[in-house]
Amino acid sequence: MASLVGSRVERKEDKRFLTGKGRYTADINIANQTYAYFVRSPHARAKIKKIDTSKALKASGVVDILTGEHIANDKIGGLIAGWAIRSEDGSEMKCPPNPPLAKDNVNFVGDPIAVIFAESLEEARAASELVKIDYKVLKAITNLSETMNSETIHEGIDKNLCYDWLLGDRQKVKEAFEKADKIIKLDITNNRLVPNAMEPRACVIDYNTASEEITCYTTSQNPHLSRLIMSAFGGVAPEHKLRVVAPDVGGGFGSKINLYNEEIVCSWASKKIERPIKWVAERTESFLTDTHGRDHVTHAELAVTNEGKFLGFKNETIANLGAYARVFGTVTPTYLFGPCATGVYVMPAAYSNVKAVYTNTAPVDAYRGAGRPEATYTIERLVDKAAIELGIDPIEIRKKNFPTEFPFKQTLVHQVDSGDYFAGLEKAKQMSDYDGFASRKKDSEKRGKLRGIGVTTYFEACGIAPSPVVMMLGCGVGLWESAEVRFNPTGQVTVYTGSHSHGQSHQTTFAQIAADELGVPIENVDIVHGDTDKGTFGMGTYGSRSLTVGGIAIVNACKKIVEKGKRVAAKMLEASPEDVEFKDGEFVVAKSNKKKTIGEVAFACYLPGVRDEVKSPLPEGEEPGLKESAFFDPANFSFPAGSHIAEVEIDPETGDVKLDKYTAVDDFGTIVNPIIVEGQVHGGIAQGVGQALTENAEYDETGQLITASYMDYTMPRADNLPNFNLGFTCTKATTNPLGVKGCGEAGAIAAPPTVMNAVINALDGQEIQMPATAEKVWKACKNLKKSNSKAA
Amino acid sequence: MKNFNYHCAKDSKEASKLSSTNSAFLAGGMTTIPSMKLGLATYKDIIDIKRIKKLAGIKVASKSVIIGSITTHSEVANSKEIKKKIPSLASLAEGIGDPQVRNRGTIGGSIANNDPSADYPSACIALDAIIHTNERKIESSKFFKGMFETALKKGELIEAVEFKIPEKSSYQKYPNPASRYAVVGVYVAKHKSGVNVAITGAKSCVYNDKDLSKVLSSSFSSTALEGMTLNSSDMNSDIHASAEFRASLIVTHAKKAVEAC
Ligand SMILES: Cc1cc2nc3c(=O)[nH]c(=O)nc-3n(C[C@H](O)[C@H](O)[C@H](O)COP(=O)(O)OP(=O)(O)OC[C@H]3O[C@@H](n4cnc5c(N)ncnc54)[C@H](O)[C@@H]3O)c2cc1C
Repeated sequence: MASLVGSRVERKEDKRFLTGKGRYTADINIANQTYAYFVRSPHARAKIKKIDTSKALKASGVVDILTGEHIANDKIGGLIAGWAIRSEDGSEMKCPPNPPLAKDNVNFVGDPIAVIFAESLEEARAASELVKIDYKVLKAITNLSETMNSETIHEGIDKNLCYDWLLGDRQKVKEAFEKADKIIKLDITNNRLVPNAMEPRACVIDYNTASEEITCYTTSQNPHLSRLIMSAFGGVAPEHKLRVVAPDVGGGFGSKINLYNEEIVCSWASKKIERPIKWVAERTESFLTDTHGRDHVTHAELAVTNEGKFLGFKNETIANLGAYARVFGTVTPTYLFGPCATGVYVMPAAYSNVKAVYTNTAPVDAYRGAGRPEATYTIERLVDKAAIELGIDPIEIRKKNFPTEFPFKQTLVHQVDSGDYFAGLEKAKQMSDYDGFASRKKDSEKRGKLRGIGVTTYFEACGIAPSPVVMMLGCGVGLWESAEVRFNPTGQVTVYTGSHSHGQSHQTTFAQIAADELGVPIENVDIVHGDTDKGTFGMGTYGSRSLTVGGIAIVNACKKIVEKGKRVAAKMLEASPEDVEFKDGEFVVAKSNKKKTIGEVAFACYLPGVRDEVKSPLPEGEEPGLKESAFFDPANFSFPAGSHIAEVEIDPETGDVKLDKYTAVDDFGTIVNPIIVEGQVHGGIAQGVGQALTENAEYDETGQLITASYMDYTMPRADNLPNFNLGFTCTKATTNPLGVKGCGEAGAIAAPPTVMNAVINALDGQEIQMPATAEKVWKACKNLKKSNSKAA
Repeated sequence: MKNFNYHCAKDSKEASKLSSTNSAFLAGGMTTIPSMKLGLATYKDIIDIKRIKKLAGIKVASKSVIIGSITTHSEVANSKEIKKKIPSLASLAEGIGDPQVRNRGTIGGSIANNDPSADYPSACIALDAIIHTNERKIESSKFFKGMFETALKKGELIEAVEFKIPEKSSYQKYPNPASRYAVVGVYVAKHKSGVNVAITGAKSCVYNDKDLSKVLSSSFSSTALEGMTLNSSDMNSDIHASAEFRASLIVTHAKKAVEAC
């Protein structure tokens, strides 16, 4: 039987999604449901003096209105930061309370204050206009660089500083810098992004007054985690009385990791008003209240020799947490960022110092790549600047500093198990026709255009685990994953996975793995996920961990099934289990033609007997049934890597940047399904190009988000993108039996520096900040003209 | 969205009679409906004018093209007659918004709305259009009064827009990267009597740039515009483009337009 792993199996999801048969949270309606509408702060920072709901309560259709006071009286807990980060001086990070409904203070535009439940959405919205809130408006703190010198937003949090974190050795770095021929310095901003999942957040809550069970349908990347937080920290209901279901979810990109205010409030309120509740975010609410991504200001330095050898690296970053610290908010700019900032290079000395601060803006959390795009942008821009200043080809300077042996002990944390950075870069160089660039540049010049080429070599740490490591670093939970594999008596297989698919196509990839392991047709494998009542527990999907952690749990559960199958088949075939081999779905007794299919064995497990005889196919002491589960905690993160090369053409008259060519060569270890991996790379690159060229979440000085709709927030569109030229190399991960590494974030990690290096190359090395919008580029082109005419 | 009364007018007279200070005509709805949904506008009465036969259709006369006010952007973009007589107008229509917007939005709605970054008003100015209403005929130069402001009186309905056929013309737009409205749009039209250069997106209202028009009237070539700088002091400035950048884009796009003629 040919292996399914590695083949281009068409997506099982496509029929459902392409024919409009997906079932999203907003598609769910429950008889007698009420509609929730949240009253949100129009101010970025204010004290709430008084809330008057009396008029609104009398409005047509209104069932109830609840405020921060009600939620405080019921002692419902707030939102939490999932990782405890310590400062360089050993002190614990400082996090403000984040109640589900603000009671005394509001800290960003969109902070929810009250919720209205009504018979119709129109009535709920109309009543919201009658809720009177008296505010004392305070000065908003929105300028990241000045935050630490501004007024304190949260009582007791000095300088608005959550932590001042250090990873690395300052003394060693100092010594390395003293030995340098040259020090390359770079100041960059990593622009703030709105994740923009296609499906806005939503929740539908059903409370059963008899069983006292709350069912919460929600747009989550990790329903079990949401249940845990809502139960353990929110105190909404004990875990066994709380069922969280995340059905089809239309994209998350990290923004749906968090449990949000609305889910806690509606779950709690449903019990209070004894009615089902439906809430669906409007697009504006998504812009204002979904967690945002990135938002760093960084000063970085690289110590180099004249030959281009790297001696040391410094990274001083201020990271914006927004108004509150959320689940991955505190780890994204530290352990997901700092370690990767030395890139794919042998770096004798390094440190990353991050000051994470609060501002009066939406909370910032993980967004596709989470920390690693920021890290890669820092080092890859710096390396390119070094290449320019030293007059070395950008590919050559990178090669000079690649590790030549694996495992590679990366400077700050990671032990990288496998990779071949030379092979990837060489392949990308060939595929992009790097050597033909000079003639293409001439051709562009003839047409009055500027052409630039940009290179990035990256690695990243994903497949976030293992538990002991992440918990040592401050994570509040273990990051293993679970799976349960169940055979039906008639031979089909149901796999429950703790991972969650919201665009990752687990239904296909995971079915390929299970079908291979069990030797059953892929049509006979169903993947189930996203329901806390259907599986034991799951840590969910983010950090490109589904396959490397969740997928391996499936493999291990399948292996247990095969082990039991061998024992049962041995009894049925009157052989000893050691003599039974399993291959292509059949248990075969060695050196004989005696065999049983896995279907026959499953059947026997469920019907262990025959008429007129006491005879069981099950060995003595073996339980009937065929179902196994596994929890997998890998030995390490996984470390995909790659080389991306982009070419841009700039119109100096208008500042327009056309991304003309994009080549990506990635090493994701074993590839289970090339179609799906290519799709993930395409999407990741598109988002990365968005960050580099178009996207920017901008707040004004009063804390209003001025890019709160698609009229102003510039998403990349199909016509901003060229055909992607994709290639792969493969060094297998050594930390899991499939040899897989994550692929979900790579594009978003590598694309921003690749595109920006190309833009800056076209501009003759002139620095500009992301996004490289037309006006910025136009100004840079004007400077270029001036300096060129001076030189002439 | 707040509740409202929906009326479907059978002719201009009825539409006009139904209108009040608290009503809007519904043509494509591409401006009216989003603003009602966002709570930016509320109306008591919505008067649908899409069934009024008189407002439909494209007619070609010897010196002009007359477009009924409820003609959609995609109808203009795909009209064989318009492509033949004033190709720049068809291509302007093709560059508005996205396919959904083009399939619903109408020329009358666009002109009545007079968004400072809408495309059509520049065509009206450049092509010396005459706006036919149920009451009178208005010259374009007197029609566009200011930001979202026109010469239309309460209840006055645009029935058609009559564009003068130029010798040559071209519309060049620098689209807002997010919304794809015009950051600047430059409509250059060469008539027997002289050249009009109409600019949209740059100021609070569409206008005829006298300097550019004059230069091109005396020498219709892009080199004539070389090195020209415009005064940007009353131009718009926003996150997508400063006034200075807009001023530069106008000259660049005027050159492109002349070259495309
Ligand atoms: C996503 C999006 C993108 C867009 N992009 C662009 C763009 O790139 N360029 C551009 O120019 N426009 C753009 N538009 C606007 C679009 O062209 C609209 O169609 C136009 O502004 C209004 O036309 P309508 O027929 O939809 O008018 P409606 O929304 O129906 O009406 C708008 C206003 O005009 C009045 N009105 C309508 N018809 C008449 C009439 N015959 N007589 C008198 N008053 C009338 C109404 O009372 C109302 O006040 C965009 C719109 C959207 C939603």
